[in-house]
Amino acid sequence: MNTPQDKTGEGGVIITKLDDLLNWARLTSLFPMGFGLACCAIEMMGAYASGYDLDRFGIIPRASPRQSDVMIVAGTVTFKMADRVRRLYEQMPEPRYVISMGSCSNCGGPYWEHGYHVVKGVDRIIPVDVYVPGCPPRPEALIGGFLRLQEIIRQETIRAPRAVQQIMSKRMNNDNSEMTNQEAGERFVEGNDEFEMKNQQNPIA
Amino acid sequence: MNFGELKDFIVAQFGAEVIVSETTNNLQPYLVLQTERLAEICLELHDNELTYFDFLSSVTGIDNGPEAGTMEVVYNLYAIPYDHHLMLKVIVPRNNDTETPIPAVPTVSHIWRTADWQEREIFDLVGIYFKGHPDMRRILCSADWEGHPLRKDYQLQDYYHGIKVPYDQHNEYSGFRGEPMKIISSEDPFPDKREKPE
Repeated sequence: MNTPQDKTGEGGVIITKLDDLLNWARLTSLFPMGFGLACCAIEMMGAYASGYDLDRFGIIPRASPRQSDVMIVAGTVTFKMADRVRRLYEQMPEPRYVISMGSCSNCGGPYWEHGYHVVKGVDRIIPVDVYVPGCPPRPEALIGGFLRLQEIIRQETIRAPRAVQQIMSKRMNNDNSEMTNQEAGERFVEGNDEFEMKNQQNPIA
Repeated sequence: MNFGELKDFIVAQFGAEVIVSETTNNLQPYLVLQTERLAEICLELHDNELTYFDFLSSVTGIDNGPEAGTMEVVYNLYAIPYDHHLMLKVIVPRNNDTETPIPAVPTVSHIWRTADWQEREIFDLVGIYFKGHPDMRRILCSADWEGHPLRKDYQLQDYYHGIKVPYDQHNEYSGFRGEPMKIISSEDPFPDKREKPE
């Protein structure tokens, strides 16, 4: 028999942490939701296509939010689209991630001042994990964003699931007591003094 | 037909009073018509074999601002078989507050179908109502948007469906809250972030 024994797995035992196994499974099969909003979507399609081949990272666009892990907000988010983006995000199952691709969805881009129709940053609607700068970003930059997202997922643990953390942070934002703010300071980046103002401004936080 | 002949044609058909004024000292001369007579004049210009303006190149809405107190709608007509051009204009008084109704102009969408969406766009962005239009809805902004964005005195609304609209202090106060510390590797992820200038 010429079958190499070290590749069959026969008699072999792999020991790993459950965290690592789950994270490995998640970060190597990131299925993005297939939708694009503007010219960034052209670069995104270029990244999917054979030249850059996002498939080699296990990144395959899916046609339904129910089957997706990550949403790439590729392009200008108008207020007309904002409700739809939010609904699509809410239809995605946990754990879900968001990549904001390009200046428009990061902060409004060239429409930041006089674009009455543009949401000044998609993070006003949904939480964003990775911001990819550029106008539009090259496919390499989007791949870089995915690698950054993989790093984020690699640091997750099932003892502190993100979904639960976000629900808890929502709850903590809702009662504005000083004590919860200090407790939250252990785990959250923002300081206490900005807490109340942000809470007023952002309806979903 | 040149501009003078077209003017004479309109005067012969409808009388001299339908032409409010004419401007010929610019590169593209135009006639200002009586607003309420616009649709019938356009229909005649379209149907008559002498003029045969079968193509409406564009409809433009103009807001001259609250000081001038007027709004304009400009029609650029073109006759494909004759290669004739004609620019027509109507000028209507502007409503300077939200209580008074927006100005109204008769529609030409039953003559040229291309006017349908262009009139909707003017209604959406500039705020001119087109009487007799079959479907006078907003076309670009969402249906429950407030105001007409291309007016000179347009003010952004503060919130739309709970989303803050203006840019001011965006990342400071309106970004998403509650990202867990663990997913951001360092305490200070943006060490090169500059202070925002006042």
